[in-house]
Amino acid sequence: FAGLPAVPAFASLAEDAISEFTGGTAPGAGDLSISAPEIAENGNSVPIEFDAPGAVAVAIFADGNPTPKVGAFTFGPLSGSRFASTRIRLATTQNVIAIAQMEDGSFQRAEANVKVTIGGCGG
Amino acid sequence: MAKGVKPRVKVPKTAAAGDTVTVKTLISHKMESGQRHGDDGALIPRSIINRFTADFNGQNIIDVALETSISTNPYFEFEAVVPEAGEFQFTWYDDDGSVYEAKKKIAIA
Repeated sequence: FAGLPAVPAFASLAEDAISEFTGGTAPGAGDLSISAPEIAENGNSVPIEFDAPGAVAVAIFADGNPTPKVGAFTFGPLSGSRFASTRIRLATTQNVIAIAQMEDGSFQRAEANVKVTIGGCGG
Repeated sequence: MAKGVKPRVKVPKTAAAGDTVTVKTLISHKMESGQRHGDDGALIPRSIINRFTADFNGQNIIDVALETSISTNPYFEFEAVVPEAGEFQFTWYDDDGSVYEAKKKIAIA
């Protein structure tokens, strides 16, 4: 295994993607909130929204998708709030995780569990 | 260029100077994830919009990196500060190099 990069045991794809975003810093809790429906009948289009007061950027991850990165939102000088809403695909029942990068360089984490009836990555 | 791509944007026509307004955008696009198989069993290659930006009078409001888990017909809702009369510019960047644009003017009431 000499050619493989060292990865910690049990590291999931989503946690890897999150570490990539945070640069390894452990996120804390804070004012960050994410909301998603408790049950999504159709995983092809699940509405989510987040509010991250004081954040400069927010990245969204879905820990049960084949590629856990969903998107990253960076706020500019004319952004009116640190809120955004979008629609995402979920392959199966899983957690949707928001990681906010704060102005002081720290990170916050929040997550919401969504039960998916029909997955959205099929074919 | 992907077929049938049409951006739609909703912003108020007027606002008071310094107001925060809600912006809603939708662009019709298949957002082919690269995970699906076609009728012949072959993997359909990824073809998505990978970046969306919103600016007002040349200043950035929001810059989004999109991955394959964003739904078909990407939708975004967010808030913008309107310091003066001017024009919103929205830009979507496709994997295939296409760039789609929409503009909306707003007046100060």
